[in-house]
Amino acid sequence: MEVRVQNIRKEFGRFPALNDVSLDIRSGELIALLGPSGSGKTTLLRLIAGLESPTEGTVYFGNEDASRKTVQQRNIGFVFQHYALFRHMTVLDNVSFGLTIRPADRRPSKADIRKRALELLDLVQLSGLEKRYPAQLSGGQRQRVALARAMAVEPNVLLLDEPFGALDAQVRKELRRWLREIHDRTGHTTVFVTHDQDEALELADRVVVMSKGQIEQIGTPDEIYDTPNSPFVFGFIGQSNILAVRVENGQLWLEDRSIGVSAPGEADGPAQLYFRPHDIELLDGCGGCIAGIVTVTRRVAGTRHVELDIGAANSTVEIELPPEKVTSDRSRIAFRPTRWKLFRD
Amino acid sequence: MTERTASLWQFRQPSVIPGFGLALGVTLSWLILIILIPLSGLAWRSSALGWTTFWELATDQRTINALRISFGTAFLAALVNVVFGVILAWVLVRYRFPGKRIIDAMVDLPFALPTAVAGIALTTLYAPNGWIGSLLTPLGIKVAFTPLGIVFALVFVGLPFVVRTVQPIMEEIDKEVEEAAATLGANRFQTISRVLLPGLAPAVLTGFALAFARGVGEYGSVIFIAGNLPYVSEIAPLLIVIRLEEFNYPAATAIAAVMLVISFAMLLIINTIQAWSRRRYGYGA
Repeated sequence: MEVRVQNIRKEFGRFPALNDVSLDIRSGELIALLGPSGSGKTTLLRLIAGLESPTEGTVYFGNEDASRKTVQQRNIGFVFQHYALFRHMTVLDNVSFGLTIRPADRRPSKADIRKRALELLDLVQLSGLEKRYPAQLSGGQRQRVALARAMAVEPNVLLLDEPFGALDAQVRKELRRWLREIHDRTGHTTVFVTHDQDEALELADRVVVMSKGQIEQIGTPDEIYDTPNSPFVFGFIGQSNILAVRVENGQLWLEDRSIGVSAPGEADGPAQLYFRPHDIELLDGCGGCIAGIVTVTRRVAGTRHVELDIGAANSTVEIELPPEKVTSDRSRIAFRPTRWKLFRD
Repeated sequence: MTERTASLWQFRQPSVIPGFGLALGVTLSWLILIILIPLSGLAWRSSALGWTTFWELATDQRTINALRISFGTAFLAALVNVVFGVILAWVLVRYRFPGKRIIDAMVDLPFALPTAVAGIALTTLYAPNGWIGSLLTPLGIKVAFTPLGIVFALVFVGLPFVVRTVQPIMEEIDKEVEEAAATLGANRFQTISRVLLPGLAPAVLTGFALAFARGVGEYGSVIFIAGNLPYVSEIAPLLIVIRLEEFNYPAATAIAAVMLVISFAMLLIINTIQAWSRRRYGYGA
């Protein structure tokens, strides 16, 4: 189901957690809310769920105003970071819970509930564990039970709050891929909160980057990574270098040297140049380049990270090179950013 | 060498604090000294009675009534304490209000107060001419000097046991569990009855067992409010004292032995159920 959040404001006491946030979530989409802690992403998720009520603004499920509905009436599925399983119930009972508590006229028969729960356990690859108690499962297994439990009620929208936050790296990666598969098979509209950019970029159809109670940018993972629209997004997603430059006649100047990058149409004056460590080309001579002396090199998986001291007011710059490119300390490297963005204060 | 080390460690968990042997030794000697020797004295004295004499003494109508009253009132009082103790613990865990600390401290008073003082206070209140008793008498309810009075006294002494065992477990309950129930469509009643209370069951059971055990053995507060009518409101511990004062040691021993067996059996059953549910639900370990 399509979910629309319109001009939501939420204050806790006098502290504004969300400030005029609007977001359209398309039906069947897998969307990530990404941001540092305190950015309001979990609050937004809980507002959609109905676990919090907005100070101002409206949440629509389809064309229906859901703001006045209670959590129970919204029919959503919610997965918590720490699983929140019912530990006195077996796995099967946990998954069936949402169906067994329905009023008699909407409740499926016992056999149907059991069948549905077993199907879901099969979907989350936990067949055979239905008689276990949550305490007897690993973290990854518990979170899969939690997901099956949330899906059992055929929710309008599936909301996941840092679903893999409590798991170790290996399991996280596995579950990430697996969640994508489940989503593609079931087609539930899904919103998940994460502070892990890899998770958001790898998993989501669209990513919503949030900071300080506001949405910074909404876009596909490619758009978010390749064309960040604010210094915050540039700095928060991936690695980036920031240099204080000057625009003069459509050319970028670093202190007294042109760096060989033209910025047509940009007004003259100081600006911040943002570029990613791998969006560069190495140059032999320096007719217009950024040049620096190697201070540190690190091998990180398939690339070599090189820190350069480019002198004077600007601190260090980090660039990524292919690992076969061996550089020795104190050697001089010249390069030029190939993809970059200017921001002004 | 390695094999020998392995066999040495067979019964012990490697630990940063060694001393399994010493600790177990102290525990056992202490248990023997404090509990086992006095109790085996009891067993020995009653076995000296011979089976027929013992059976006669134990099945004496007055003894049976006294036992029934003791266990019955203790059971009822423990049930009442479970209901109100859980509510009280809930209020203390979940809400903040002025005077909370004072109420929290008040819960422990029955632990500290001499039980006789409690008994006399309750009797004064609930006697037909007391503050509360005089209000109840027109309604035809008699509390003091009836088994009902015994229940009241036992509720008083047993309350902290339930509150103090349930409270820490309640504090552990994650708010998210309730929210999870709500997102799945559970209303408040369903969340409490299907999610919260079953999760608390092991702790509630422990509290029940403690309050019950305390009630069975309680003497001081009860004898003032009970009226101590033989066959009607006479508790087993009092009957033991009466028999002792009559120098009727065999009868006193027999009653005590019966109480011991019943109490031990009940506590063993409750503890087993409790350990089983604890293990299953993954509380503690």
